[in-house]
Amino acid sequence: MKFLLELQSEEIPARMQAAAAEQLKTRFVEAMKAAGLAHGTVTADATPRRLWLLADDVAAASAGSAEEVKGPAATAPAQAIEGFLKKTGLTREQLEERETPKGVVLFAVIRREGRTAAEILAEAIPQIVTGFAWPKSMRWGAASASTASPRWVRPLTGILALLDHDVVPCSVFGLTSGRETRGHRIHAPGVLSITSAETWADQLRAAHVLVASAERQQIIATRAEALAADAGLTLIPDAGLVAENAGLTEWPVPLLGRFDPDFLSVPREVIVLTMRTNQKYFALADSAGALAPAFICVANLEANDGGAAIINGNQRVLSARLSDARFFWEQDLAAVKANGLEGFLPKLSDIVFHERLGTLAEKVERVAALARWLCESGALPADPALAERAARLAKADLVSATVGEFPEVQGLIGRYLALAVGIDPAIADAIRDHYKPAGQGDDVPTQPVSVAVALADKLDTLFGFFSADMPPTGSKDPFALRRQALGVLSILSASETRLPLRAVMRQYIVLQKLSGFEAGWMSQLMDFFADRLKVQQREAGVRHDLIDAVFALGGEDDFVRLLARVKALQAFVETEDGTNLLAGYKRTANILKAAEKDPPSAEPATGIGDGAEAALSDALDAALPQAQAAVADERFTDAMAALAALRGPVDGFFDAVMVNDPDPAVRARRLALLARFRDAVHGVADFSHIEG
Amino acid sequence: MSKPLSFQSMILALQQYWGAQGCVILQPYDLEVGAGTFHPATTLRSLGPQHWNACYVQPSRRPSDGRYGENPNRLQHYYQFQVILKPSPPDLIGLYLGSLDAIGIDRHRHDIRFVEDDWESPTLGAWGLGWEVWCDGMEVSQFTYFQQVAGHDCAPVAGELTYGLERLAMYIQGVESIYDLAYNDAGVTYGDVFLKNEQQFSAYNFEAANTERLFQHFKDVSEECRALASRGLPLPAYDQAIKASHIFNLLNARGVISVAERQAYIGRVRDLVKAVADVWVEQVK
Repeated sequence: MKFLLELQSEEIPARMQAAAAEQLKTRFVEAMKAAGLAHGTVTADATPRRLWLLADDVAAASAGSAEEVKGPAATAPAQAIEGFLKKTGLTREQLEERETPKGVVLFAVIRREGRTAAEILAEAIPQIVTGFAWPKSMRWGAASASTASPRWVRPLTGILALLDHDVVPCSVFGLTSGRETRGHRIHAPGVLSITSAETWADQLRAAHVLVASAERQQIIATRAEALAADAGLTLIPDAGLVAENAGLTEWPVPLLGRFDPDFLSVPREVIVLTMRTNQKYFALADSAGALAPAFICVANLEANDGGAAIINGNQRVLSARLSDARFFWEQDLAAVKANGLEGFLPKLSDIVFHERLGTLAEKVERVAALARWLCESGALPADPALAERAARLAKADLVSATVGEFPEVQGLIGRYLALAVGIDPAIADAIRDHYKPAGQGDDVPTQPVSVAVALADKLDTLFGFFSADMPPTGSKDPFALRRQALGVLSILSASETRLPLRAVMRQYIVLQKLSGFEAGWMSQLMDFFADRLKVQQREAGVRHDLIDAVFALGGEDDFVRLLARVKALQAFVETEDGTNLLAGYKRTANILKAAEKDPPSAEPATGIGDGAEAALSDALDAALPQAQAAVADERFTDAMAALAALRGPVDGFFDAVMVNDPDPAVRARRLALLARFRDAVHGVADFSHIEG
Repeated sequence: MSKPLSFQSMILALQQYWGAQGCVILQPYDLEVGAGTFHPATTLRSLGPQHWNACYVQPSRRPSDGRYGENPNRLQHYYQFQVILKPSPPDLIGLYLGSLDAIGIDRHRHDIRFVEDDWESPTLGAWGLGWEVWCDGMEVSQFTYFQQVAGHDCAPVAGELTYGLERLAMYIQGVESIYDLAYNDAGVTYGDVFLKNEQQFSAYNFEAANTERLFQHFKDVSEECRALASRGLPLPAYDQAIKASHIFNLLNARGVISVAERQAYIGRVRDLVKAVADVWVEQVK
């Protein structure tokens, strides 16, 4: 049998539809599992006005079951038997008496008949509806006189529940299930009676409702592409916008409109943003890739004039919006031409960055000083004066009219304004790029000036919040410090910038005249970076235990070097030599640990012994300076190779030599040899953190 | 196609329509407010168990939005048509669509869309869920199911509809500037009626308003509001809260309230509204 559930409501926000469909499916599958009702494929999806689920091959009934419960002895006091009867819901006559080694014991056999699918579903639907969790829900209607009235994302208006041809009768939220639904608001406004779960989708299609979001998305994408092609243009693809429009329409009809090419003087990003965010329009490009003065909107009906009035209306709305945008943009251009980009800076004093970290103007000064220092110290290759100026101008556009209206284009607008008044393109790019990377997968700045400003800005934020004792806690990270730290790491590794972070922190303390030179927040922040590094590197397949192994050596605050070491280590421990050496190390560590509780009672015997013991000693003499020199030169692969040379002697030692020799002096010498081996390994990484 | 409705005919058509749905047709409240929602017929009447259906035009003042009559889309004084239905009736969307028919919007030709918009008024301590209603991509109404007002749960919940009258009229009449709207069918334009107001009030809002006196007024009306509320007179007290809100808007337009102070002022107005509503809710429960 086929089961259909359609929960009809007033327009469900587009962004919530997919997750709601997923939740509906999960809740349904769980309910069926709990009730023991078998079913085949389950599909759930949504339109703006309905959240629906179809289940194929639903069994006619659940299987029956029998459960045995052991009770008290037949001779037990009446009270105990009474309690058992109450618990099981049976009468004394229904209990079975069974011989057991402990005498006659009462058993209850509780038989549950299989229940029909209709019964089970009628019970499940109200549970699913009442238990549903929306990101935001509301009350409505006469029932809302009680504050405990039903909650749904928007008013729930009807429930259609069919098992093949039959209504599954149930009621919830004051609604009784039926076979009625409604088609498209305009094209088929009346009540539509559905014949069966099988015919539902086609009946709605005839009523101008496409129930599958994938189909609506496909129509939007292909039709929009075709319209663009007909106009000699190409669609700028935007999967998010396709999904959003599919969530706003039951019968999507893409239409192409145009705007006055004069508006193209406004920065492209502003035009695209206002089209996308405010109007949900697709942007188009001409054959050269430039933004075309046209757009595609998606209507929710086939208009009786072919869409002419809709196109006209949308064109007028966009024109008004672009007039506004152009007004702001021209105002900003005039302002920078009169007073330079610097003209905006005084207004930054009016914006509070954080009450404990001062105004944005103060932050800008800190970032400028830090950016200059990063370059002067030689850590970054950019010209210190350029970096400082770029940092000083980086936030200027935040008080521009355009960014005031379209906050998402911060940075971009600053760059355009800078270029408009002939500021060095390296500075202009840094203004745009200093916010990057905005998240995993975003572009990472690589130009030296951009790197300087992007790093200085993020580090200042991190230093500021950590030094003021406001690190993120648990899931709370209101200032997005995790993202800032990840950004720092991404920039450092992309540009292979060698930055001793502790030295930078000390410089910050000097610049800010903070107290304490080795403040606790510094170590806290280093650990925070190490955690971010593990998260960042997890996707790249770098093992977190190896990061720990290198980080545990302490003192490493250059993440580029740290990562090089971790990668060499990872390559090594995954070889046969590495695996064996690790095994030898672990064995060594265990022996040394045990020896701590039972230290040798004599001084170590002189000499290096003989055989395998002497061989290991000789090998260490050879390998140790090699490994140390390689680490000092940051030739980490060579350092690993030096360790690899120890594998044979270590294996040989454990094969041939008994560490715990009866002679305490010999035992002491062998333990000292193992300690040397351990220390040699620790010169490269703390292997005790390595798993496996 | 028949001649599109003039501005005043559109208002009359909406009143006619909602009056026929059982709404009391009220007249504008006689105080300066920032939005139709501030009218006590919405703010206070949305609280308490009593059923209540009303509609009215409300002049709305947004001092900061003034453009000296030079921007074709922005005004510091404009009109909203407000409908409040408590409890929200079944198929309020259907009723709303009927009102669009009444003002001549052909739904087979125009694309009407309900786009998520969660409404929140920090000044009123109020929030609700609903939509912006789009007509061919233009927002023509706000549609909200009130959940809380002045920090009190709405029980029952009211449905609130707000029509931006000038925008809607511009759309219906197909004009590019507010000032070109036909106010009536006898040749009077919106500009004839309101251009001078926009010019003079923009100058007042941005340049002339005496801020020292306004700060004093803000204090005075705040005190009066609390005094009246504590005497069990929520309606007169609410008038004082409305005044406080408008004085704040004026001070804001004059640029004498810093970003940091802004939230504090909004909080003060919200506290006044809350104090009034607490008394009101006690009286109507």
